[in-house]
Amino acid sequence: MDRDYQTLVLDYRRCDDQAAAVPARHPVVVVGAGPVGLATAIDLAQRGLRVLLLDDDDRLSVGSRGLCYSKRTLEIFDRLGCGQRIVDKGISWNVGKVFFQDALAYRFDLLPEAGHRRPAFINLQQYYLEGYLHDHAAALETLDIRWRNRLVGLERLEDGVELTVDTPDGAYRLRCDWLIACDGARSPTRALMGLESKGRVFRDRFLIADVRMTADFPTERWFWFDPPFHRNQSVLLHRQADDVWRIDFQLGWDADPEEEKKPEKVIPRIRALLGEEREFTLDWVSVYTFACRRMERFRHGRVIFAGDSAHGVSPFGARGANSGIQDADNLAWKLALVLEGKAPDRLLDSYASEREFAADENILNSTRSTDFITPKSPVSRTFRDAVLSLAGDCAFARRLVNSGRLSVPSVLADSPLNTPDGDAFAGPMVPGAPAADAPVRRGGAADWFLAHVGQQFTAVFFTGGEPLAAETASALAGLAAGPIPVRAVLVVPAGATAAAAPGLTVLEDAEGLLALRYDARPGTVHLLRPDQHVCARWRSFDAGRLRAAVATATCTA
Amino acid sequence: MPLNTEPAIARPDDFYEALIDAHRDLTAEQSAMVNARLILLLANHVGDMEVLREALARARAGV
Ligand SMILES: Cc1cc2nc3c(=O)[nH]c(=O)nc-3n(C[C@H](O)[C@H](O)[C@H](O)COP(=O)(O)OP(=O)(O)OC[C@H]3O[C@@H](n4cnc5c(N)ncnc54)[C@H](O)[C@@H]3O)c2cc1C
Repeated sequence: MDRDYQTLVLDYRRCDDQAAAVPARHPVVVVGAGPVGLATAIDLAQRGLRVLLLDDDDRLSVGSRGLCYSKRTLEIFDRLGCGQRIVDKGISWNVGKVFFQDALAYRFDLLPEAGHRRPAFINLQQYYLEGYLHDHAAALETLDIRWRNRLVGLERLEDGVELTVDTPDGAYRLRCDWLIACDGARSPTRALMGLESKGRVFRDRFLIADVRMTADFPTERWFWFDPPFHRNQSVLLHRQADDVWRIDFQLGWDADPEEEKKPEKVIPRIRALLGEEREFTLDWVSVYTFACRRMERFRHGRVIFAGDSAHGVSPFGARGANSGIQDADNLAWKLALVLEGKAPDRLLDSYASEREFAADENILNSTRSTDFITPKSPVSRTFRDAVLSLAGDCAFARRLVNSGRLSVPSVLADSPLNTPDGDAFAGPMVPGAPAADAPVRRGGAADWFLAHVGQQFTAVFFTGGEPLAAETASALAGLAAGPIPVRAVLVVPAGATAAAAPGLTVLEDAEGLLALRYDARPGTVHLLRPDQHVCARWRSFDAGRLRAAVATATCTA
Repeated sequence: MPLNTEPAIARPDDFYEALIDAHRDLTAEQSAMVNARLILLLANHVGDMEVLREALARARAGV
C-alpha cells in the first residue's frame, strides 16, 4: 500500500552536528532532496560512502511537475535497485496522437523494440517518484537525510567547503570535502557562489491541471495544435497513475496567472476538452513559465552542480528530471573513485564536460520543440501550420511535426574517457553510447543483460560457445583484482553451455539480440563503465589493452 | 552537390504561369500558406541539406 506522498511530512530531527564545537566534517554533502539529489545520494551511499543529504523542506514534490520518465532513467533506477516499484506504479504508453484544429493530423507509435526490459516511457507523478526514492534512501545506513536543513551560507576552503545550514533550532556550520548542488532551478548554491545559469526565457505561460476521473480515455499522449476548444494555443493530455490525467493548456504571455488558476476559469476549459457530461475532480492547478538555460560549467572546484541547478529545459520532451538522473548516474561512480583515492579529481572534469554536452543536446531539442509549439513570428506560425496540414497525407511532414522530442540519453562519443575504435564495428554501440539491453538466460533462468553490467567496470566477452582457453579464463577472472576492479561477463550463444568459470558471470544470448545489438562475433569484447556506457571495444581480448582502457576511463593512465 | 542555378526547367514560361495560377483567387494569408506548403514539399524532394542550406542563404542574401 502506498503512503500519501502528497501529504507526507518528513520529520526534522536535531543532530549532533548542531551542537558541535568545531564544524563536523563530511566527505560528501548533497544539497536538495529532489529526484536528482535523492538519486545521487542513493548511488553514492550504495557505493559505501558516507553521505549527508540536506533539504530545506519537509515535503516531497508538491503539485504537478515531472510525469514522464524514460527507459534510460528506469534502467538507472534498476541499477540502484528501486526501478521495479516505479515501473509497477507507472503508466506505460506507446501511442501518441497529434490533432490539428478539429482533425487528427496523425498518430504515432513509439513501437518499442522487443527485447528490452523497460518500456520507452512511463508516466508517474513526481511525488511518487520522489516518494519511492525516499523510501529506498531512508533504508540506507550510510545515508543521513536532514529535512528542514536549509543551506544559507557557503565558503570555499582550500580542501573543501564550509556550509552554514539553517534549521528550526537555528543555524549551524559543517564542512565537507565535496558539495553536490542538486537544489533545483533557483539553486541557492549557485546564487551563494555568484554564478549564473544563462539562456533563453520563453515568453509564454502554461496552465497545468491535474484532473481525477474514471474515464474511458485510452492511455495515449494527445497533443492538440489550435483546437476548437482552445483556439490558437496548444493542449497536451497525458495519463498518470491513480486515474489522474494531466492537462497542459498553453495560455500565451499576456494571460494573468492568478486569474487563470481560478476554478471558474479552469473548469470550463477542461469541460470543453473532455465534453460536458464527464465527471471529474480537480486535483491541482498551477501556471508555469520556463526557460532553456545552463551554467557555463557544472564543476567549480569542490562544488558540483547536477539536475535543474545546472541546466533547465522546457517540459516538452520530458528532459528535465530524465537528464538530471543521468547527471547523477554519471557523477556517482566518478566521485566514489576520487573519494576512495583511486582516481584523480580530474575525473570529475569529465562529469562536467560529458553532462554539459548532454545539456546542450537537451536544450537544443527542447528549444526546437518550443519554437514549433509556440511560433515566435507570423511566418513561423505559417510554416508550423503548413507542416501540420501536410502531416495527414505526407510521411515527410509527420517527421517535421514537433510536439516534443522525448528524452533519449546522450551518446558521449567525444568523451575523453573513450578509447577510440581500433577494430571495425558497425551499429550504435560506439564508445560513449549507453549500453543496450537484451534478454539473456543465466543458469537457465530468463534475465536481462543490463542487470549484470555496470555498478563497476564490466568487460563483456562474447564467445562462440567453445570452452575458454585456460589462460583467457584466468586473465578474465583476474580483472577483478587490482585497484579498479573489472567484472567479467561471458556471453555464449543461445543453447550453448559454458562451464561456469570461477569469477565469471555467464549469460546466454537468449534470442541472439545481444550479439546483434553489439555487432559482436566470437572474441569481441566491450568494456562498459560503471554507468553502463560503452567506453571501448575490440575484436579480441587482451588484458593489457583492457587495463589501459580502464585507465583512460578513470584518468589514471 | 551544389545548388543548381543554371536553367533546369524545360519550359520556364509554363512553370511561371503555373506558379502564379496556384495562387489565383487566394487571400494573402492563403497564398502564404500555399507558399509554405510548396517550400516544404520541394525541400523534402531535394532532400540534400547542403543544397537546402545554400538555397536558404541565396534566397535571404538578395533581400
Ligand atoms: C510542468 C512541469 C512538467 C515537467 N515534466 C517533466 C517530465 O515529464 N519529465 C521530466 O523528466 N521532467 C519534467 N519536469 C522537470 C522536473 O520536474 C525537474 O527537472 C526535476 O524536478 C529536477 O530535479 P532536481 O532534483 O534537479 O530539482 P528539484 O526537484 O527542484 O529539487 C530541488 C530540491 O532542493 C531543495 N532545496 C532548494 N533550496 C535549498 C536549500 N537552500 N537548502 C536545502 N535544500 C534546498 C528543494 O526543496 C528541492 O527539494 C517538469 C517540470 C515542470 C515544471
